[in-house]
Amino acid sequence: MSFALDIVTIAAVSAGAFFFLAGTVGLLRFPDTLTRLHALTKADNLGLGLMVLGLLPRTESLRDGIKLICVWVIVLLAGATVSQLIAYAARREGSRQ
Amino acid sequence: MTEFLTAALGFILAILAVGLVRILRGPGDADRMMAAQLIGTSGIAALLLLGTVSGVSAAVDVALTLALLAAFTSISFVKKGTSRFEADLPGSTEAG
Repeated sequence: MSFALDIVTIAAVSAGAFFFLAGTVGLLRFPDTLTRLHALTKADNLGLGLMVLGLLPRTESLRDGIKLICVWVIVLLAGATVSQLIAYAARREGSRQ
Repeated sequence: MTEFLTAALGFILAILAVGLVRILRGPGDADRMMAAQLIGTSGIAALLLLGTVSGVSAAVDVALTLALLAAFTSISFVKKGTSRFEADLPGSTEAG
């Protein structure tokens, strides 16, 4: 059982790290602001979700697990809101030039 | 397992450092703000890993605080110079 949980942790944390890498590469390589925003917000939130999934088997109590999930939910909500706001600001910046 | 999680922590921190190049290159304020957003997300991931590796459960509370602060940073960036959100942008070519 413990071995199976270790496999879950290794698989999910590795996948999360991969998505973080993909988000950063997108942020650096994509040609304009809105595509960069797309790469960053999707890939990073997914990567954080996979990290949380991988860390859940290692928590000591139910309370710690719920707290981890709460962190992820807050990041998801904030990420969705903030990406819209940054896209708004980018459009405003572009229309001024 | 501790070694693996520590390696993942180092990897996330390296990615965070590489993402800072975007702040250097710009070109717009929004791009720099996105790099700050990346610091928020990967910083949270690093704190969660650190909390699990070292057994310090307070690191999760720090991650929660960082999640809130990262959101507020971007909101204050967008509100910069505007007293309110305009319904339509001046000079915008889009209909509606």
